[in-house]
Amino acid sequence: MISTALTDLWYGFGVAFEPHNLVFCFIGVLVGNMVGVLPGMGPLATISILLPLTFGMKPVAAILMLGGVMYGAQYGGAICSILLNLPCHPPHAVTCLDGFPMTKQGRGGIALGLTVFASFVGASWGITEMIFLSPLLVKAALQFGPAEVCTLMLLGLLAGSTLARGSPLKGVAMTILGLFLGSVGTDLETGSERYTFGMTELDDGIELIALALGLFGIAEFMSSVNQVAPINTKYTNVGLRDMRPSKADFKRAFFPMWRGTIVGSLCSLIPGTGPTIASFVAYATEKKVSRHPEKFGTGLIEGVVCPEAATHSSVQGDFIPTMSLGIPGDAVMALLLGALMIQGIVPGPQLISQHADIFWGLVASFWIGNIMLVLLNVPLIGIWVKMLAIPYKYLYPSAMFFVCIGVYAANNDFFQVGEVVVIGLFGYILLRLGFHPAPILLGFVLGPRFEENFRRAMLISRGDLLVFVERPISAVFVALCVILIGSQIYFRLRGSKAPIQPSLQAHGEGRPAVAEMHTPAE
Amino acid sequence: MRLSTSPLRELLSKRDFYAGGLMVLFGLGIALKGTTYRAGTLMHMGPGFLPTSLGVLLVLIGIAIAAAGMAPDGEEENQSLLPDHPQWWAWFCILMSPVAFIFFGRYFGMAPATFSCVFVAALGDKTASWLSTVILSIVVTVFGVALFSYFLQVPMPIFTWRGEL
Repeated sequence: MISTALTDLWYGFGVAFEPHNLVFCFIGVLVGNMVGVLPGMGPLATISILLPLTFGMKPVAAILMLGGVMYGAQYGGAICSILLNLPCHPPHAVTCLDGFPMTKQGRGGIALGLTVFASFVGASWGITEMIFLSPLLVKAALQFGPAEVCTLMLLGLLAGSTLARGSPLKGVAMTILGLFLGSVGTDLETGSERYTFGMTELDDGIELIALALGLFGIAEFMSSVNQVAPINTKYTNVGLRDMRPSKADFKRAFFPMWRGTIVGSLCSLIPGTGPTIASFVAYATEKKVSRHPEKFGTGLIEGVVCPEAATHSSVQGDFIPTMSLGIPGDAVMALLLGALMIQGIVPGPQLISQHADIFWGLVASFWIGNIMLVLLNVPLIGIWVKMLAIPYKYLYPSAMFFVCIGVYAANNDFFQVGEVVVIGLFGYILLRLGFHPAPILLGFVLGPRFEENFRRAMLISRGDLLVFVERPISAVFVALCVILIGSQIYFRLRGSKAPIQPSLQAHGEGRPAVAEMHTPAE
Repeated sequence: MRLSTSPLRELLSKRDFYAGGLMVLFGLGIALKGTTYRAGTLMHMGPGFLPTSLGVLLVLIGIAIAAAGMAPDGEEENQSLLPDHPQWWAWFCILMSPVAFIFFGRYFGMAPATFSCVFVAALGDKTASWLSTVILSIVVTVFGVALFSYFLQVPMPIFTWRGEL
């Protein structure tokens, strides 16, 4: 068992070390990091903007590059949060609490240096988990019939929408909207057109790129334009030399780093609890075990490395259900899965055996990419810091061009550029009404497969809905769904929100207006 | 909200009322359109089955969102529909930028499309000057055409005159 995993991993390194794959992985990390540093560009926007660059590539190279973009953007976001107090991605909201005070004390470089290291530790642990757990999960998943797949997806969707940011009800509404959007176009089974309103361009459904760029590009730009405070670069003078932590700092960061890693990997095992929750839980845990909890928020290195390690280990852990079951845990994973589908690869338990090069190549490239990340960030930190100062008024028009050309390049079709306008407008309205559009993507990517499996399950059971509770594995998933909904109602009635979230608000008062905008405090 | 005295006014001042209402509208639209497709039976589902059920579910959840928003202990967050400083002009510019891209891309080619797309979007910024906007548009055009036309081979002519139509 272990030896097969190691042989496969060896094979994966062979794939990842092929020169062109290596080059694309490097480009992905570099560009992802570069774009992720820019204030206002979270991983979702970064991946969707860079997704079109991979259309012409082979599937392996494309997914390796996008993987690189993802963790590059994630680390870039950490730079932005620590130095500017601007969390572009919700998991980094916690990093700001202690990261920015450290910057103010002139220790931002040390925070960055140790963050690189913490994210490497977290990611390595997550990758190791991925190597050993994915084959196990696949073995189990291959026994699943349509009923099990169906209820598992339901569980994933419910968890993804209720445990994420904001009101659970609104999350569910967004998921349903996403499922619906996924059903637009030609019905696979009967061939009839649905909700196309006579537009033949919609026969193939709504384009994933247009949806992602509309929701996470245009809608975000609309909410940030003219609202971004001029960036305060007073504290961002960080050079190469400042990044080297002292022995004492390193010692203090060592155990929190591992605790964060463990918390992150545990969180990734629960479906739907993505990096955001992992980072919150990690911070709260660290505060609890600390001998001086009152000092958190004043610039403790523990408060920076612990959530960052948790974020990275949980993101890598999230790849396990995404790659082995085909069920993404959050919108970032949904987007990567969508990218695979664009390349013509069907996600699901058969992916690892049918496309071993993709899976094991990706695993190996994670390690290579994370090492590249460390190597890149040490010498290039000066450049990243300079990029922080790029004003938003230059940023968003350029990004608009990438949105337009990216959507166009998906199918060389101007109609889809029109789609992105409509989706962007709707996305902004939804944002203003307090919805978080991320679950839409989750529902959209899973929708067609959910419908297909639901139909199949019903066909096999001759229209008997009880099949979902009669089959034992499926019954477990249904029970988990019920527990999930039940606990949400319970918390609601008791008047307390999800127990981990309030800890942020206590510290949040010092954040500038922009920060509130990107992570609307719920 | 401070001004609210009558229950109706209070209702209309809640953001969640509109949020729920929008979902109900979406759900109704989806469900009503869905009934025009064949629903079939549970065993042999037609194309209309899933979307119609989703629409109905969305209506129910919309009602629940609106109802939950009515609860007096609603979270003290920004309940206003518009941000403090509505940016109608900037929003318009951002939404028009892809439209400019479509128009110029279809009739004049990639370079004019890029230029107009960036130019229109950049006009939305309050501090933008004509000069900085033009310079930004030129820079992005040069870079973008090099990347997408030469390097990534997007099949779109750089310059054309009333190309396809």
